[in-house]
Amino acid sequence: MENNYLNMDLLRFTTAGSVDDGKSTLIGRLLYDTKSIFEDQLEAIETASEKKGEENVNLALLTDGLRAEREQGITIDVAYRYFATPNRKFIIADTPGHIQYTRNMVTGASTANLAIILVDARNGIVEQTKRHSFIAALLGIPHIVYCINKMDLVNYDQKKYEKLKSDLVGFSSKLKTKDIRFIPISALNGDNVVNRSSKMIWYEGSTLLHTLENIHIASDHNHIDCRFPVQNVIRPQKKEFHDFRGYGGRIAGGVFKKGDKVTILPSGFESIIKSINTFDGEISEAFAPMSITICLEDDIDISRGDMIVRENNQPISSQDIDLMVCWMDEKPLELRGKYIIKHTSKEVRCMVKNIQYKMDINTLHRIEEGVQIGANDIARISIRTTKPLFFDNYSKNRNTGSLILIDEGTNNTVGAGMIL
Amino acid sequence: MNKYNLTHLKELDAESIYVLREVAAQFENPVLLFSGGKDSIVCYHLARKAFYPANVPFPLMHIDTGHNFPELYEFRDGLIKETQGRLIIASVQQSINEGKVVEEKGINASRNKLQTTTLLDAIEEHKFDCAMGGARRDEEKARAKERFFSHRDDFGQWDPKNQRPELWNLFNGKKHFGEHFRAFPISNWTEMDIWQYILAENIKIPSLYFSHKRPCFERDGVIMAKTDFVETKESEHITEMQIRFRTIGDATCTGATLSNADDLNKIIDEVAASRITERGGRSDDKRSEAAMEDRKKEGYF
Repeated sequence: MENNYLNMDLLRFTTAGSVDDGKSTLIGRLLYDTKSIFEDQLEAIETASEKKGEENVNLALLTDGLRAEREQGITIDVAYRYFATPNRKFIIADTPGHIQYTRNMVTGASTANLAIILVDARNGIVEQTKRHSFIAALLGIPHIVYCINKMDLVNYDQKKYEKLKSDLVGFSSKLKTKDIRFIPISALNGDNVVNRSSKMIWYEGSTLLHTLENIHIASDHNHIDCRFPVQNVIRPQKKEFHDFRGYGGRIAGGVFKKGDKVTILPSGFESIIKSINTFDGEISEAFAPMSITICLEDDIDISRGDMIVRENNQPISSQDIDLMVCWMDEKPLELRGKYIIKHTSKEVRCMVKNIQYKMDINTLHRIEEGVQIGANDIARISIRTTKPLFFDNYSKNRNTGSLILIDEGTNNTVGAGMIL
Repeated sequence: MNKYNLTHLKELDAESIYVLREVAAQFENPVLLFSGGKDSIVCYHLARKAFYPANVPFPLMHIDTGHNFPELYEFRDGLIKETQGRLIIASVQQSINEGKVVEEKGINASRNKLQTTTLLDAIEEHKFDCAMGGARRDEEKARAKERFFSHRDDFGQWDPKNQRPELWNLFNGKKHFGEHFRAFPISNWTEMDIWQYILAENIKIPSLYFSHKRPCFERDGVIMAKTDFVETKESEHITEMQIRFRTIGDATCTGATLSNADDLNKIIDEVAASRITERGGRSDDKRSEAAMEDRKKEGYF
């Protein structure tokens, strides 16, 4: 038990589905069948189901956290759930079905390795299926699992499933996601969620949980391009560490080793990694997403927002940046408007130079004429920053390719950007 | 495990250190709320790791109800001394003396809710712009929706329906004058993660967590310790029981569990086998279905 726990890895996934696709039921089912629900939680939802006059225990109630959500029977905000099996720990970003949908799904998807997209077996591909798939691909989620739900309502019909699967294969070939899988399930009855279904013996693939447990995620981080954004300068001001000057940060890509020749951006100075430090002592190498402290051979002026990279593999450095942006604020994006940008540990200001097009996320068509970018819209824009950013394409590195836009007046996070 | 793949505990450790470093970088005067419970102890441990070999660049603050177990004060003071930390104590008793809050009356009286006023006053007095806490999203359904960086208005209130979106690991700590933030570095940890981490990192915790004999009584199915702060009814018989605490809060609202777990491995086995959440023993959460959400909106931890 103990050794095993220290060897588990972590899979973050997000769930998407339209209203009434049974998303909350599916999550409730995963938690329930993996025995992640405690007696007092179960009692609480039993009481609540009874109060509402429902026949069975409504597993969906497990995931509705806020009072308004329980009263209205809807999910308002992204909620995070946790469960574990002996090999892996899971973090679910549970995103709501309708209000502020895009904004919430983008938020949940930003940190996910995998997306579960629910499709109602009776309805087939609907606009929302396309929207969810597009967002998952846009946010660079490496793995998508389509769960064809409510198989119980189509008599567990294999033909229905195969038809839907081939429709989805056809549609998703337009998207960038490389790993796409399909599972026929009934979240309500638990078919193929944790336990194999006896009603769909024609299905020879894995159950959902088995898929989640075994999907290969070790390659989801970029371990090639070394990027270390400096968060803090660590100077102990203590006698025993009199000359210590370290740079704290979380590796955004690649593997750093003691003795590596590095370049510091933006100054361009070169140095050598003297040591990689942690509370538990020096280590010889470190990789994404570790938090470490780096000391260099030379005394160079480095501060928060600078980036340590390998001299022969540098990120793009530019003030003119093209990006896909998901808008999150009621106040529309302003052409020629000024915003604050947070990118890695750096903060700069920018101006929106151009709006190339808005994406119709239901049809995947581009709208180029007279567009206004409002809440939940996705658009391609060009910005110019006050100082150069050091970045990679989002498709190459999600840490160095992402940024957020902040309104200077309200301080709200108004846009999520993926650098092209 | 692949050479370049972190275990889930190491990934959580790296994430929390990242959050703590962001707080130190983005705020001028942050503070770490410290209750002496295991979650805040782990937070403090992570803070020491984040800035090593420098000292933790912010103080700890204990919102002290005055109704804590003596073992807790002893542990707190020992830890601060050993790690050369800075500790601020904000006293609920003082808020009562100054007439800012009125003590609850009756058999279930608790100072738990009064802590909010003391906390908000202390934040204002010390001009803290960010208060970090050891809350975890798995603890309670309202907490499942918390951000790492949680914005509070100038009354310290949380508006769960209007939270800032939080994407990737880009945290927006921008605020107007008078507003402040709460930050939760161990948001993604579960109770089991905390225990496994305490074991793996050999972190000291108060003796209250381990099985011991103590005079107790039962109320509404919850075992309560007999202390000077809790009134007992005539029908409540005090007997010596072999118990431990799963969470440590104010003695008036923290339930104990019958347990023989006297070391970390036994506690972990017990947590793994447990069918009741750790907050199941907290009477503060039982007041209504949305008890935690209501307290959080007002500015509770």
